[in-house]
Amino acid sequence: MTALLQIEGVSKNFGGFAALTEVSLVVAKGERFGLIGPNGSGKTTLINCISGALGNDAGRIVFDGEEVSRLPAYQRTRRGIARSFQIPRPFSSMSVLENLIVPLEYVVHRGSLHTADTRGEAMAILKDIGLADKADTLASSLSQVELRKMELARAMAARPRLLISDEAMAGLSSNEVSEVLEILFKLNGAGITIIMIEHIMQAVMKFSQRVVCLDAGQIICEGAPAAIVADVDVQRAYLGA
Amino acid sequence: MKRFLAGAVVVLALAASMPFFFHNEYFFFAAYVVLQFIVLATAWNILGGYAGYVNFGTGAFFAVGAYTAVALYKAFALPLGLQILAGAAASGLLGFGVGMLTLRLRGIFFSIATIAVAIILETVVVNWHYVGGAKGLPTMRPADTPFFASHTVWLFFVMAVIAVIAVGAARYVETSWIGRGLRAIRDNEGAAECSGVPTLRLKLGAATLSGALMGAAGAPYAQYLSFIEPSSAFSLNYAVNALAMPIIGGMGHWIGPVIGAVLLGTVQQVVTVTISSEINVLVVGVLLVVFVVGAPEGILGLARKIRSSRKP
Amino acid sequence: MPHVAHPAFLVLGAFATYLVASYGIDPLLAGLMLMPVFFVFGVAVYQFYYATFESRGTDQGLRGIAFFFGIAFIVQVGLILAFGVDQRLVDASYIGSSVEFGEMRVPQRMLVAFGVALALTTTLALYLSRTFTGRAIKAVAQDEGALRLMGANPVRIKRWAFGIATATCAIAGALLIVIGPVEPGLDRIYIGRTFCVVVLAGLGSMSGTLVAGLILGIAESIVLTTAGTAWAPAVAFSILLLVLGVRPAGLFGR
Repeated sequence: MTALLQIEGVSKNFGGFAALTEVSLVVAKGERFGLIGPNGSGKTTLINCISGALGNDAGRIVFDGEEVSRLPAYQRTRRGIARSFQIPRPFSSMSVLENLIVPLEYVVHRGSLHTADTRGEAMAILKDIGLADKADTLASSLSQVELRKMELARAMAARPRLLISDEAMAGLSSNEVSEVLEILFKLNGAGITIIMIEHIMQAVMKFSQRVVCLDAGQIICEGAPAAIVADVDVQRAYLGA
Repeated sequence: MKRFLAGAVVVLALAASMPFFFHNEYFFFAAYVVLQFIVLATAWNILGGYAGYVNFGTGAFFAVGAYTAVALYKAFALPLGLQILAGAAASGLLGFGVGMLTLRLRGIFFSIATIAVAIILETVVVNWHYVGGAKGLPTMRPADTPFFASHTVWLFFVMAVIAVIAVGAARYVETSWIGRGLRAIRDNEGAAECSGVPTLRLKLGAATLSGALMGAAGAPYAQYLSFIEPSSAFSLNYAVNALAMPIIGGMGHWIGPVIGAVLLGTVQQVVTVTISSEINVLVVGVLLVVFVVGAPEGILGLARKIRSSRKP
Repeated sequence: MPHVAHPAFLVLGAFATYLVASYGIDPLLAGLMLMPVFFVFGVAVYQFYYATFESRGTDQGLRGIAFFFGIAFIVQVGLILAFGVDQRLVDASYIGSSVEFGEMRVPQRMLVAFGVALALTTTLALYLSRTFTGRAIKAVAQDEGALRLMGANPVRIKRWAFGIATATCAIAGALLIVIGPVEPGLDRIYIGRTFCVVVLAGLGSMSGTLVAGLILGIAESIVLTTAGTAWAPAVAFSILLLVLGVRPAGLFGR
């Protein structure tokens, strides 16, 4: 297997608080990777370090053979890392369609804007995710569920090679969870490596080929979904000693 | 784009023909001030309205343009056109500098830095005797006036050209992918960065352009007044107006600052002449707060609300 | 909170002290008397700010800054209209005489002001670290959501903090006019000094502000004696820009 993302000894501190301590993991190209852990374990901090929203204090982050630890977030997105936000961050003054046009203009079609059909491409993505009828609605008037879908759609619009979905399914009904899972499977089928952070265990187990469990900033278990669920440390982390 | 160019030509032709209709010099004095505010308000809005970064130091950028022009004219007798370019370059550089220092931090730091720059530069100029220091410098208008009979009319026309260029630049930024990127930054900078928007670069670009246009507005100032001194060139009045006009007119569209500048500028000319200049300044402050609180989208926003409430 | 109007409230405090002192009351006493008035004023302003801006969502940052800028401007112009642009000063028993320390002569009013300022800062620092409300104020700055979960209402806390901050403007304004004459345009310079001290100290560090204030004071005095009064206003702002460029977190910031 070829590694797409290598995280080596990454640590991140906030003042006196150690959010991540020497985290190391490897994600293979085309893999479906699950990241679980109780609240506050450092999952979103890790994602922030990978995507560049935060800078890691120690360690290296290597994407497709290139060290990206010092690159600003927008350059990492341009190299193929996209993420959705746990709490949606829409561009509220823009329509849903325009929200998607931003990554299309700034990542996919840089330098070739006059020939690109960004509206058409954005509409296609919206159709895929089921938001086509909301294309011209202002992002500020979407429901929570629709906002989450738009988060995912916007990350997809950047045509990433690695897509990190940060609790995209929180608060969705079981039908909607299946919808989103289907989309993620389809994306993975097209060759996109996916890291999924979720609390909905069924989804993680169904989707992931490999799962890593974080607790208090450190990896406590790594392996196939079934093994993780049975692991004593994981159970203790979630349920308490 | 073509419609805008046509409109621009019409506006300039109108401006050029005004001396045939208006023979009162004061009209051109006052119109110059209004045009100047159009440039300042439009320039401010490029960084403030589009990207969400508030400049409190418009006076500094304006004065840098003015004093650059004065210094270069005194040293090399540069013609007005080059003075304007030099003023724009100097203020653009200032915008870039302040941006490099603070645009990586939260927005409030940029705002405070603009106040800092205004006070520091004013202090520098006050101590710079080549351009007159605190006492000021009387400047001579060049003896010959191109094209127009009176120098005031010529300056009025020059400012009209600068205004058209400023509005054109704002319009281009707003409607292009650059504008979308700036709006993304304003709406949610973190998400913009993760969507591939080079936030620092765009902000720096906007700050530089904004500063440059303000400098261009300032360059003809000394010739206009035949005198230049720091306390009026760096006046807080410019900062408040450059902030109030786009807010009152509407920050989302390039025509908002124009509306705000024309309305507020005219009101100020009237109040200063009829009542007093202190009350005038108070009026602007009060209007600013009223609009910020009650009508944040400005006159454009109010117009839009009225139009949509009329629909059945 | 983008409270750029704080220095304007400071100057307002100075002029209010001037007004009250003109009835024959000692200026420091006047400042103390004004504190509750200013506290109420601060609470009212914050309530208005909150109702208009913060409760409507997070994209009101620009409006908030513009609002406070407008308020500061109105205060400044209002003071000019009411008092004119001239300087005003007050009279008291400790103004005009000096105390001797060996070879140095220190003006008595400076000692008084220093003493009061020290007492004020220490009280505030103790309040912020020892009392529940005080610690809640510090907590609000760090994590509002967590605070809400712990049963404290962040809005009330912030309102209270704003009231306290404005109340300190009353006594600080009194100190200001005791030290020297005051005129309405002073708030521009004090924006520089206030933000310089805060940024130099590092946000959130009370003890740092004492050190930073000391540094700024010394720097200004040096510039005053070597380069003259014309350069003094720029000192605070120059230090501010320097800190922003080199170490934005300040000397003691987190």
